[in-house]
Amino acid sequence: MLHGQRAIDVDVHPLVPNMAALTPYMDEFWRDQVVERGINTIASQNYPPNAPKTARADWKQASKVSDLQSQLLDPYGIETAIVTPLYGTQMVFNADMARAFTRALNDWTRAEWLDRDSRLRASIVLPMHDPEHAVEEIERLAPDRRFVQAQVLVMGETPAGKRQHWQVYQACIKHGLPLAIHAGSSFRHPVTSVGWPSWYLEEYSAQAQGFQSTLGSLITEGVLSKFPELKIVLLESGVTWLMPFLYRLQKTWKGTRFEIPWVDRPPIEMVRDQVRLSCQPFDAPPEVVPRVLEMLGSDDMLMWASDWPHWQYDGEAAIPPGLPASLMPKLLRENALATYGRLRAPACVKE
Amino acid sequence: MARWVVARAEDIPPGEHKRVEAGGRPIALFNLGGEFFAMIDKCPHQGGSLCAGTISGHVTSPEPGVYHYARRGEMVRCPWHYWEFDIRTGQSWFDPAKVKVRSYPAHVETGAQLQQGPYKAETLPVTIEDNYVVIEA
Repeated sequence: MLHGQRAIDVDVHPLVPNMAALTPYMDEFWRDQVVERGINTIASQNYPPNAPKTARADWKQASKVSDLQSQLLDPYGIETAIVTPLYGTQMVFNADMARAFTRALNDWTRAEWLDRDSRLRASIVLPMHDPEHAVEEIERLAPDRRFVQAQVLVMGETPAGKRQHWQVYQACIKHGLPLAIHAGSSFRHPVTSVGWPSWYLEEYSAQAQGFQSTLGSLITEGVLSKFPELKIVLLESGVTWLMPFLYRLQKTWKGTRFEIPWVDRPPIEMVRDQVRLSCQPFDAPPEVVPRVLEMLGSDDMLMWASDWPHWQYDGEAAIPPGLPASLMPKLLRENALATYGRLRAPACVKE
Repeated sequence: MARWVVARAEDIPPGEHKRVEAGGRPIALFNLGGEFFAMIDKCPHQGGSLCAGTISGHVTSPEPGVYHYARRGEMVRCPWHYWEFDIRTGQSWFDPAKVKVRSYPAHVETGAQLQQGPYKAETLPVTIEDNYVVIEA
């Protein structure tokens, strides 16, 4: 067990082995299309299979629930883990294909993971190419209360705050689902704001830019103002980028708020109330971590995640060094319970 | 606190404003519909002259995309960083409790009233026929 806590892991990634794993969950038309068109895989270029970050050396096997059990759930004594597969289904440009493949992905998650270990919960992966499809997927799966959040990628088609997405956020609220925003691009635009990078290193490091722009959009377009009950969970975003970005945003807001009068209180306060972050990676050396926490100004925002099987740490160092022991109950458990209504419901703790 | 005669009332018509002085202090003097308001002419942020700023209204919003524009002409925006202040109270929009411009009571008196004193008028001759803006600072 981690610090004596029945830990909740909010960011775990089953690897989809290939399209053949998903075809049993498709209707006949799409099942045949996959074969006829020769679509063997749509692995996401956000996490190329052999990139070092994609899987820790001792976690290369991550496509079966037994892998997760033996590598993480059992040794760490984890009570609950929220699984979010990052396969490329939600990125494809054909909206109907994205809808069909994402449905299959979510049903694969349900059958291959949720049904096989009662400690698991999952994200509803959303095909955001068409917001109506995303709403439809929420409505389809929300009755299964093991789905505890809806998930999108941080770099999508248009900035996340734009009003065409609001129906998705309303559906999240209707069903008590936080909106999880995970690192990664749907590749509608270059993954840096200055154009396409040459290297994986640039791309992975630039994720924070995407999170900044996405969070800025959610604030300025009024999503946090309009939907104060909506919780936003930033997954694998890192932590240290947040407050310097918000400091600039809030400083500038003081003089330009008349453009966005619905942002009628300091943006940092809104973020403290509604935005949560997983703590892997943290992106700061241990001696700097206390100062980062001081800037956050809240013990309620960080949630523990292993980011399994992504390579964020080695050995047993599952908690970023430098975080104080006093934070552990909230970090490892309480903040997740406060964020995820569906984890608090008694019927949901054990099937 | 002294009474300072800082301007002839007719020199600042409704909707206008003027930078004046009281005891060496720069004062921003505004006329809102015949009512006068005075505040120190230094933004509490970094000292920008509010008299050189944009005059605008008070915009609020019940929800994104809806703009309620009211009290036109009653907000002043510092020219340096666009912080907004309520001309009637000196309070900032974004943190009215903590960030405000120091304001001073202002009113109009006739020259005849002023002859009874005491008052200070450093640069302004006071005559019986005219009306004057008096601030207490």
